[in-house]
Amino acid sequence: MISDGMEQAFATFLAESRELLGQMETMLLGIEREAPDTETINAMFRAAHTIKGSAGMFGLDGIVAFTHVAESVLDRVRAGSITLDSELASVYLECGDHIGKLVDAVAADTEPDASTQAAGAQLLVRLNVQLGETAPSGAALPEPAHEHKHAQQDDGMGLRVASGCWRISLRFKPSVLRDGMDPLAFIRYLATQGKVEGMFVVAAAMPVPEDMDPEDCYLGFEIAFKTVIDKQAIERAFEFVRDDCTLRIVPPNSLMNEYLRLIEEPPEKDIRLGEMLIQCGTLTQKELDEALRIQRQSAASADGKQRPIGEILVDEKLVPPQVVEAALAKQGAVKENKAVEARSIRVDADKLDQLIDRIGELTMAGASTELVAKKAGLPELLESASVLARLVEEVRDSALTLRMVQIGATFSRFHRVVRDVSKELGKDIRLEIDGGETELDKTVVEKIGDPLMHLVRNSMDHGIEPAAVRIAAGKPTQAVVRLNACHDSGSILIEVTDDGGGLKRDRILKKAIERGLITNDETPSDEDIFQLVFAPGFSTADQVTGLSGRGVGMDVVKRNITALRGSVAIDSVEGVGATVRIRLPLTLAIIDGFLVRVGRSAFVIPLEWVEQCIELTHGSGTERYLNLRGEVLPYIHLRELFEVEGEAERRESVVVVRYAGRKAEFVVDELLGEFQTVIKPLCRLFAQLRGIGGSTILGSGQVALILDVPALVAQVQEAADETTSRARAAKRQNGLGPARRREANVERAGHPAYQSNRGDQPCN
Amino acid sequence: MTIYTAAAIKTTLLAALHSGDTTLDLAQVSEIDTAGLQLLFLARREGAARGTPVRFVNPSRAVLELFTLCHLTDAFGAAEEPKP
Repeated sequence: MISDGMEQAFATFLAESRELLGQMETMLLGIEREAPDTETINAMFRAAHTIKGSAGMFGLDGIVAFTHVAESVLDRVRAGSITLDSELASVYLECGDHIGKLVDAVAADTEPDASTQAAGAQLLVRLNVQLGETAPSGAALPEPAHEHKHAQQDDGMGLRVASGCWRISLRFKPSVLRDGMDPLAFIRYLATQGKVEGMFVVAAAMPVPEDMDPEDCYLGFEIAFKTVIDKQAIERAFEFVRDDCTLRIVPPNSLMNEYLRLIEEPPEKDIRLGEMLIQCGTLTQKELDEALRIQRQSAASADGKQRPIGEILVDEKLVPPQVVEAALAKQGAVKENKAVEARSIRVDADKLDQLIDRIGELTMAGASTELVAKKAGLPELLESASVLARLVEEVRDSALTLRMVQIGATFSRFHRVVRDVSKELGKDIRLEIDGGETELDKTVVEKIGDPLMHLVRNSMDHGIEPAAVRIAAGKPTQAVVRLNACHDSGSILIEVTDDGGGLKRDRILKKAIERGLITNDETPSDEDIFQLVFAPGFSTADQVTGLSGRGVGMDVVKRNITALRGSVAIDSVEGVGATVRIRLPLTLAIIDGFLVRVGRSAFVIPLEWVEQCIELTHGSGTERYLNLRGEVLPYIHLRELFEVEGEAERRESVVVVRYAGRKAEFVVDELLGEFQTVIKPLCRLFAQLRGIGGSTILGSGQVALILDVPALVAQVQEAADETTSRARAAKRQNGLGPARRREANVERAGHPAYQSNRGDQPCN
Repeated sequence: MTIYTAAAIKTTLLAALHSGDTTLDLAQVSEIDTAGLQLLFLARREGAARGTPVRFVNPSRAVLELFTLCHLTDAFGAAEEPKP
């Protein structure tokens, strides 16, 4: 019965079960907040039923047995005899987890481990209590139960509403009487199981009197039977005579509609006709096996043509034609569904990356073509180059959206986390989600899960105060953790906010001074102080920060985010709450860059961070500050930073970059303009290079380095902050008052810290 | 009328039909099984074939019970007959 496509079907089963479990979890979490409506309960029942049915199809008795009990309780809920309150919902959350584990075990082709089995038994006890059964039935334990799984499958279904009659057709082997069986005895027994509404004794097979052997059985019986028992039970009535008779049982017509409906219902699985009929109870395994045997026999016969199983079933009167038709229609529908599903296809991530990479090359090639066209000055060439450039840009954009996924799914996972952790901690915490529809690169979404998990858990564990403290502070007892995502100037901003106690600024400062991270006389900004919790080893300090680590430390969070070319910052007001802001690039693959030249080297500054470009009026020496329309900004000479050979050119330009609210300036030799580029990661040899985010190849074949603006800004800011006071002092000494500052003018300031920073550069 | 006596009864029945008997008194049937029922069918068919339908009369409790179970009371026309 295991078909070639079974393996695929099995994969579908695994995926579908996990999906259904996910849906159940979502619904259950909803139930914990408010009472469920009928639709929710039905949906949960269907989910459980589908998992059970599919598991039965693959002979996964452990899952069937467990899910059966879970389903039975849900059936009671559906009938209204049990209320699905938050307590029961919580039992079901665990049940969902347990089924998930069973499915995982099946997927890994292993037996569930002992603790899982024990947990399962425990859950069964709790479920059975709901069913009014005090003792857990042994058969329901998740041990391989080889007995009638179909019987289990059916007893929860609609057979009890039977109003029509079963049609039972009995034909006996002639020898049955001599074998000591009396067919009527079985019919008598059957009559005790229900009501025989009609019977037709078929004597047509009886030969003429001369040939008739009175000890042979020639009679057949057609019985219309009204009963509440199911097909298996009817079959059992004839169990002893099973080998000596042909038994066909056709379910009641009214029930047949039920079966037709069942078949038409979308269980959304790719099952074969026979299996489908078995599932709906029209056909039993035995019958299918027989039909399959006949099918094989006929295939082996002279014509060698395999008869469709549906035909055999109808011919053998095992199922009425309309049931087969419905099943076939369903099979067709399953195939059609597949066609619809095929509109969204799964693509190997590597293939997608390859495509993006190629498109990146294309983008660059297009850019260089445009440069050539400009040099050549042919109007036709220019025109076609610009059309090409536009198309390439569109292709690039749509290729990039292929990788974009909504962050909502990642966020939703936290409902469960918040629920579980808040129970664990005994705190009443609500999760609010905003901006789940914000799209970002799939790689980023995948990698942001862990850091977010850590931040959310930290917020709940250490940020949110115990209820008593909250009440004393006049806050609502129910605390709120908020996840928010939005686009913000070319990057994605993800915020984890809580309304807890916030970070204890003074204690962090004290600790930092103790550890020598900052000196006593410094007065860093709040933001800088909060950044300290990201310092390696800091988070583990005796709970001082209120953010002591759990799994990964805050330094790991920061490292993970930095690896995504992102940054993280904390906003906190003591007693009011804290917000962790994660800023991530939209995509990792291609950037709009701004190409600059220093000496003979080319550098790319990601355009999203470029604020403006200005010409540097000469005459400046070793200035480290630049006055931009009254704003004093630190700047870096890229020539010095990267030790580019050659003397500074007479005319230099300044690129003003802005990153996460801070500005800095890079002094370069020449501005070459916008340039779309693919980021090529640096090889491992240069992995620890600070200030360089990657490389790219120009149209000319030259390699350009992509500047890691966040790192550079942080670096220049660090250096600048450390010497702010000294710089001011220096300014005063030079007698340069604010009144004398002119736009784009360069001011002198001693900057020893910068020099030492340079010395740290690994690229030296 | 059971499997144990079926062979003998068949001979008797056919002999009776040959001799022109058209009434079958079932009063003495203390037990009837499939083999017996089969013989009743045989008798009925034979009678019909000869143009002399067999009447089944005085069904015993056992026969009546079987007829009722199998919904054969009409077929064998035994319902109108006085019960023993």
